[in-house]
Amino acid sequence: MSRGRARPGSILGEAMAGISARPGRLALTMLGEALGLAALVATVGLASTASGQVSDHFDRASADRVTVQVEPSRAERGARLPRDAERLVQRLEGVEAAGTLTRLEVSDPVGTVRLLDPQAPPDPMLPVLAASPGLLDAVDARVAGRRYDAGHVARADPVALLGAGAARRLGVTELSHGPAIWIGDRALTVIGIIEEVDGRGELLDSVVLPETTAAQQFGWQGALSMQLDVAPQAAETIARQAPLAIAPQDPSVVNAAAPPSDAQLRDRVQGDVSSLLVLLGLVALIAGGVGIANIMLLSVMERIGEIGLRRALGATRGDLMTQFLAESALVGLLGGIVGTSLGFVTSMVVALSRDWTPRLDPLLLAAPVAGLVVGVLAGAFPAWRAGSLEPAEALRTL
Amino acid sequence: MNAASSPVIALRAVGRSFAGNPPVDILRSVDLRVDRGEFVAIVGPSGSGKSTLLNILGLLDSPTTGRYLLDGIDTTTISHRRRARLRAARLGFVFQAFHLLPHLTVAENVSLGGLYLGLPARERARRADRLLDRVGLGHRRRARPRTLSGGERQRVAIARSLVAGPSVLLADEPTGNLDSVSADAVLSLFSELHAEGVTVAMITHDPGVAARAHRRVRIVDGQVLR
Ligand SMILES: Nc1ncnc2c1ncn2[C@@H]1O[C@H](COP(=O)(O)OP(=O)(O)O)[C@@H](O)[C@H]1O
Ligand SMILES: [Mg+2]
Repeated sequence: MSRGRARPGSILGEAMAGISARPGRLALTMLGEALGLAALVATVGLASTASGQVSDHFDRASADRVTVQVEPSRAERGARLPRDAERLVQRLEGVEAAGTLTRLEVSDPVGTVRLLDPQAPPDPMLPVLAASPGLLDAVDARVAGRRYDAGHVARADPVALLGAGAARRLGVTELSHGPAIWIGDRALTVIGIIEEVDGRGELLDSVVLPETTAAQQFGWQGALSMQLDVAPQAAETIARQAPLAIAPQDPSVVNAAAPPSDAQLRDRVQGDVSSLLVLLGLVALIAGGVGIANIMLLSVMERIGEIGLRRALGATRGDLMTQFLAESALVGLLGGIVGTSLGFVTSMVVALSRDWTPRLDPLLLAAPVAGLVVGVLAGAFPAWRAGSLEPAEALRTL
Repeated sequence: MNAASSPVIALRAVGRSFAGNPPVDILRSVDLRVDRGEFVAIVGPSGSGKSTLLNILGLLDSPTTGRYLLDGIDTTTISHRRRARLRAARLGFVFQAFHLLPHLTVAENVSLGGLYLGLPARERARRADRLLDRVGLGHRRRARPRTLSGGERQRVAIARSLVAGPSVLLADEPTGNLDSVSADAVLSLFSELHAEGVTVAMITHDPGVAARAHRRVRIVDGQVLR
């Protein structure tokens, strides 16, 4: 019946009795670690919930745009995109739509009547943009009324589109009778209103007209920028290839950039925030571990008599190390379970309060194990102390 | 019983010195033999080396020189692990300070005596119950040690020392913290156990206490007087 040495289960039993002897101390000891783990679990849990929530929304506006521009100092000296730039970039793999856009130098305000009425408020200064028909496709423009087409361009018709914001400022709402606007003494017929764009938001506040019309009436001599709509994931590559495709003899005249998408920006910001929280959680976890180590060491010192007694009863050094290590590991595990639960509840509450569907990373179930590991690490030195006490010395201390 | 040929304890020229400048010899060439079934008192003035001797007898400390045979096993050449196993199986301890664990019940404290022998929990509990009845404390088995008197605590400690069925019971000043009535009850218990065949080696500085034993060994200045 006797094995001649303690059963592992019985030593675990002693460890449980040991930590439950002082429940108040047990609670305080594991508190720090529990809070650290709660912070970690909540951070990771919320990050996965939140990214699940918003990824769908942001994916629609993902990195699928490239902007091409004449290098500003070269533009000063009259450099422009070649007339066939649009056709040249269309040859690149992954370009789905492309259009040129140039802001015109206009010093006249934009109005709806020719003669100035001194009683009326002054006409607004609005940006006037020359855009190729393809540009409206490249920004996925939604237009009420109609767009200008190749015919308008060929004839250099005096037509214009108004951005929704510009139309509001000018009081243009009704298109059926072909309202006219005046820029100085140049008259243009408004044929459509740009209600929505994906990129190049300045279109919404501007007057937009065909490049040929701009050439005739505003001295347009060539486009300064181009907007490309490209296949997802192709943006970076196309941005690299575009200058050479457009200006093979002198690519440096052209800058091309794939602006970071909203999703990338969001990931970066969110990443910064959560890594800060993860760092804080880790610091709290380590502080919690140090707390456990402290209390365990105190406990060993308080229980020197018990340690001597157990040695007298036949405990080996290993038995005592095992017991104290198990006590520390149990404290760590309990702290881990409490902390994980706290973290889960926190991320649930936050998710539900925002009407998010809570998503829990199954990896988080490993968090109590992390608590156990912290407990074991924290208990290593105290356990070693408990095992290395000389029994005769230990028993002399009352 | 073949007492003369089976000593439980045999010390041969045991010395114990502690490192220091100069090193101090606490025990010098101690020869001691305790036979099975004996009740021996080891007496001597305070500081004479009695506790040092008992620690050696209890395998809690090792002699610097000489040999110590326990049940014929030479304990000076064996591993720590085997010494621990010998303590668990063959030695029972009773201390002046009782050394009961406050967070355990009386019965749990007693059953600790079989823990490191590897007895199953149920068997330990059974033995604890029987021994608590034996020392007259069966009705306090669920009490906490702090609710007991000094004499009761020492009887609990004696019950604990008997759980593994040891070859010898080693007691260091077992009455040192007790009033005379409690001391008397504890000494009567030793006498009864002795009558039942338990071997007892008891340390005391009190000649009155030593008188209850059947044989006395005097130790003065780390040497056993003949
Ligand atoms: N670990 C030790 N180191 C140095 N001296 C010790 C040690 N343990 C005991 N002593 C000394 O040994 C002597 C005997 O101690 P002890 O055996 O406890 O005496 P007793 O129990 O007879 O009163 C004392 O002088 C004590 O100070
Ligand atoms: Mg002493």
